[in-house]
Amino acid sequence: MTIDTLRLTAEEATDLLARKQLSAAELHGAYLAAVAERDPELHCYLRTVAAAEGDGVPIALKDIISTRGIETTAGSRILEGYVPVFDATVAARCKAAGMPIIGKTNTDEFAMGSSTENSAYGPTKNPWDPTRVPGGSGGGTAAAVSAGLAPWGLGSDTGGSIKQPSSLCGNVGLRPTYGTVSRYGVIAFASSLDQIGPVARNVRDCALLYSIIAGRDARDSTTVELREPVRLPEDEDLTGVRIGVPKEMNEAEGIEPGVAEAVRRAIELAAELGADVGECSLPRSIAYGLPCYYLIAPAEASSNLARYDGVRYGPRVDADGFYEMVERTRDAGFGDEPKRRIMLGTYALSAGYFDAYYGQAQKVRTVIAREHAAAFERYDVLVSPTSPTVAFELGAKATDPLAMYLSDLLTIPSCMAGLPGLNVPCGLSAGLPVGLQLIGPQFSENTLFRTGHALERALAFDPVPARLR
Amino acid sequence: MAITREEVLHVAKLARLALTDEEIERLTHELGAILEAVGKVAELDLDDVPPTSHPLELVNSWGEDEPRTSLPLDEAFANAPRREGDLFRVPPAI
Repeated sequence: MTIDTLRLTAEEATDLLARKQLSAAELHGAYLAAVAERDPELHCYLRTVAAAEGDGVPIALKDIISTRGIETTAGSRILEGYVPVFDATVAARCKAAGMPIIGKTNTDEFAMGSSTENSAYGPTKNPWDPTRVPGGSGGGTAAAVSAGLAPWGLGSDTGGSIKQPSSLCGNVGLRPTYGTVSRYGVIAFASSLDQIGPVARNVRDCALLYSIIAGRDARDSTTVELREPVRLPEDEDLTGVRIGVPKEMNEAEGIEPGVAEAVRRAIELAAELGADVGECSLPRSIAYGLPCYYLIAPAEASSNLARYDGVRYGPRVDADGFYEMVERTRDAGFGDEPKRRIMLGTYALSAGYFDAYYGQAQKVRTVIAREHAAAFERYDVLVSPTSPTVAFELGAKATDPLAMYLSDLLTIPSCMAGLPGLNVPCGLSAGLPVGLQLIGPQFSENTLFRTGHALERALAFDPVPARLR
Repeated sequence: MAITREEVLHVAKLARLALTDEEIERLTHELGAILEAVGKVAELDLDDVPPTSHPLELVNSWGEDEPRTSLPLDEAFANAPRREGDLFRVPPAI
């Protein structure tokens, strides 16, 4: 049978496999054929896996997730040639569910970036317009799903690396509640923020994949069991759902008019579907979220990236002395963005500056969590644009780190509080996808799925990029 | 708040990065701009606010103390740039 990889959902594929209308190898092969056709232009994958191992729906994994026997680089030269000898728990859970791996997807180096341009192996292009970025850091997975090069995939999100690329590529991405998905075997960036999550073409597929990867893992002591089982959403109305519209997140400077308009229409639609919609306020979360993040994340990164020293894995630049070898290896192996963040984090943690920077940022983190908790006393879900802009042109922000950091202005605050967030496409602006961000209290994924699903049905957004239809 | 070239050199030493002159110059400029932006956190008076180091309120996470096989040595060394017997070989540190 002919497989339209641009339209087939994972749920439909599961059904075709169950009814034996298709074999897992044929399905895997169909995605590899699509990769051969479209990936030379888009560069979503760093490498593909030829053999289909498993009898289920195949998956794309961000190259930050360790896969036994398959090179895993985190988009960095410092891990070039590194072949993990164990699977990350999320990879093991996908394998246990019978899901063959299609390949490892491109990422900003160590997941640091908002455009995938920081990958040491070249940028990924946006399937809606290849002159534009797919977002980042998980641009490879997001672009692969939108371009029909995978039915679904896994990303990692520290400050927006799942939600923002899903927004720019027009698909559904979940950053789960911190602690619900194991980080074991996932290359660490900022450990108190990093979360693994699903990217899919619709909300039900996203929920299904989340149910496969979530739950406590004895190998990651920060994981917890889900409070309730994942429910695949069915409701098409929003009766009884209280939706808060944080003023600052919807009127922030830098939100493009076309983005604001599409989000405003989606909020009106939510009210028509029966939701109780009201305004709320998160003033300090928005004003101080970004500075807080850019102290805490680099501080943790400077510690996590200390392990790349040319001793146990990765390329080594030889020298006569040990420390010289380490310093040269790190200078040659890390790209500009990881160096910037290592330097920033080391500075923020160094003697004399710790209290003013890192210590103060940890207190701001408390303020952000409290502001969100107060909003959730009145509302079940908070909504805003995911990204202030649609996909921007390649190179547009590449030389200005602060401009690039602003891409995550609206995704970062909830990450600081460990809250789950879902991106749902809500329309187009100038022919490019606009994403709606749904934020809930910790462990509220089922509410986010329900809200996202009802809106998705009512919005009837076509997730296939216009130029590929 | 700006950062001086000397401070950049000091931090690079702490971070074990052998930066080139070009990198030092660029980072002095870039880190200055970033520190000015993130320094905004100092505006808030948070003397009475406790710090958050972790988003979940977890106390202890206990696991069963069950012996299990550890990674075989050949696998542990599989990605090593240089191995000598059962050791990682590195240049002299002193």
